[in-house]
Amino acid sequence: MFEKALKGNKYYWMWLAFLGTFMAIAAICYLRQFNYGLGLTGMSRDVSWGLYISQFTFLVGVAAGGVMLVLPYYIHDYKAFGRITILGEFLAIAALLMCLTFIVVDLGQPMRMLNVIFHAQPRSMLFYDMIVLNGYLFLNILCGWVILTAERKEVPPPRWIYFFVYLSIPFAVSIHTVTAMLYCGLPGRHFWLSAIVAPRFLASAFAAGPALIVVVALILKRVANFDAGKKAIDKLATIILYAALVNVFFVGLEFFVAYYSNIPGHKHTLDYLFFGVNHHGHVYDNLVPFMRAFLALFAVGVALLSIPYTRRKSDFWLGAGCLAIFISFWLDKGIGFVLGGFVPNPLNEIVEYYPTANEIFIVLGIWAMGFFILTVLYKIAISVEHEIEA
Amino acid sequence: MDKKRRDFLKIAGATTLAGLGGSVVVERLVTGEAPATARAAHEVDPAVGHGHARAEAGHEPVPHGGGHGHEIRKTGKRLGMVIDLRQFQKHPELIEKVVHACHAEHNVPSFPNKKDEVKWIWPTEYAKAFTEHSDYYRNSVILENEVLVLCNHCDEPPCVKACPTRATFKNKDGIVAMDYHRCIGCRFCMAACPYGSRSFNWRDPRAGLDMNHINRRFPTRMRGVVEKCNFCAERVGLGKQPKCVEACGTSKAMVFGDLNDPDSEIRKVLKDNFTLQRKPSAGTHPSVFYIV
Repeated sequence: MFEKALKGNKYYWMWLAFLGTFMAIAAICYLRQFNYGLGLTGMSRDVSWGLYISQFTFLVGVAAGGVMLVLPYYIHDYKAFGRITILGEFLAIAALLMCLTFIVVDLGQPMRMLNVIFHAQPRSMLFYDMIVLNGYLFLNILCGWVILTAERKEVPPPRWIYFFVYLSIPFAVSIHTVTAMLYCGLPGRHFWLSAIVAPRFLASAFAAGPALIVVVALILKRVANFDAGKKAIDKLATIILYAALVNVFFVGLEFFVAYYSNIPGHKHTLDYLFFGVNHHGHVYDNLVPFMRAFLALFAVGVALLSIPYTRRKSDFWLGAGCLAIFISFWLDKGIGFVLGGFVPNPLNEIVEYYPTANEIFIVLGIWAMGFFILTVLYKIAISVEHEIEA
Repeated sequence: MDKKRRDFLKIAGATTLAGLGGSVVVERLVTGEAPATARAAHEVDPAVGHGHARAEAGHEPVPHGGGHGHEIRKTGKRLGMVIDLRQFQKHPELIEKVVHACHAEHNVPSFPNKKDEVKWIWPTEYAKAFTEHSDYYRNSVILENEVLVLCNHCDEPPCVKACPTRATFKNKDGIVAMDYHRCIGCRFCMAACPYGSRSFNWRDPRAGLDMNHINRRFPTRMRGVVEKCNFCAERVGLGKQPKCVEACGTSKAMVFGDLNDPDSEIRKVLKDNFTLQRKPSAGTHPSVFYIV
């Protein structure tokens, strides 16, 4: 089916070339980093994970979000999702490949990465993260490809594939749960040491993943003559709305616990993220604009998704609402959660992190790579749909 | 060969169990066994030329800092350290001497940019070292003097649990050590350490060393790996004291020894003085104690 990705109009190729440019720049930047070391990034011994790991964390959520299409269709037989389930599966593939790339570029000794298998440590949460991420990637490639092939031949998918489809549902939950456990099992990092991290991750994932699918589906309607169907989009908007509200509810609970209990360790990072802290006469607040934008965009997104006119009558406003939710939760999880957890450091010192240009170009390039893969996969899926219709 | 196969089967079995949701079972199976396999390959045998490891620890209670629950006393050797801040108040010049001795001994690089910083032992303020203790109206001698902080060589080290490749591991003698050739540089251990004791080689450490004056008995590291204080495992293995303890001379500002040996000097010091550990509430059971 790959040949379908090789035929496209000039806008298709221009888009791929645009993404390819960013990928090429990132490749050069990565070579520089590979030769010099991670000192080319803004990370330090105090903020020892930066944009790479925060993007990884967010994208695991985007990958897991695809299950919000798979689950209603395969478990509840919600027929309206029939056309777009494949979009969820292919989105998961692209997001997971981005995740794995972000991990690799973050390693100090990438050539040794197989040590995770050769010298496996089953007490380490990274060990399980490796298993579930690769497992979920494999399941999505398998299910997506087999089902699309069957669709193309206009036969029902083989029965054995349903085993893997059902298996992929708990895997989707597990990838984000285990990713949350990377953080919430660490003693001495008060902001992360919270049982609500995993549920919060899942809620934000179930909003951000489908939100991206809606945005892409609305674009595909205009540029690729592919209509996901009004009913499917409307149901997705409902899912996004509830998941988004639940996520921010969980964030609110964190606020309550911190400020009502008045325990300094619990308050410190929230102070830093949302209000800025004054430490020995110096104000540290470089993440405050991002976190305020998270709340503002969340409010905008929820409004656009709940007002009947903007939600049902206008693709533009619906798309804007979903985009607002997606960006909002990217700011929350892809910026604030990981970076904020390092402030203050274990000695109650505050060191702020500023990514370098080299690092930012690598991040952009990996995002471009993800969208490149997504474009190619969606091109294949949609060409198959068109072939059947023709 | 056989051993390797067994390791593989153990891991494969544990993984399957985990898949079936038996994480508790896995924890049981793995605890105690897996670290032993990790040790076998790297062990610097500390028993050589260094006294006797007692099978039974004494009967007196082990003193500890914040009143946070009970430390389960284990048998076998557990190396630890007492840092006497009173001595450092008397001899403030000792602090720099100790830091320099350690960093020279272990070829720890120094970089002008704080972002690249690598450190094994360093002075900090009382309030930063003991974040769980109030410094409100605290005795000014304590607040004005600095506290040396280093890896605590915890009895329950979170970094060892976090490391996905067993590149950091706990020796039989309680030393938490690093294998620089196995570390993949994921920095999970740095996130896991509640004391900020770990550093990463953000760039080639040799660029921050005077290569004509390095200690040729200890390896320099490469970029992209984590490092930290190793309680001088290489010296302790030869029956010597850690370099920092040696640098303190006869002042007894730092005392090193087996915490599980009731006749050791360190046990006597712990028995006779009120000591603190850093962040006892983290449940890590640090092996470094402070006399304030």
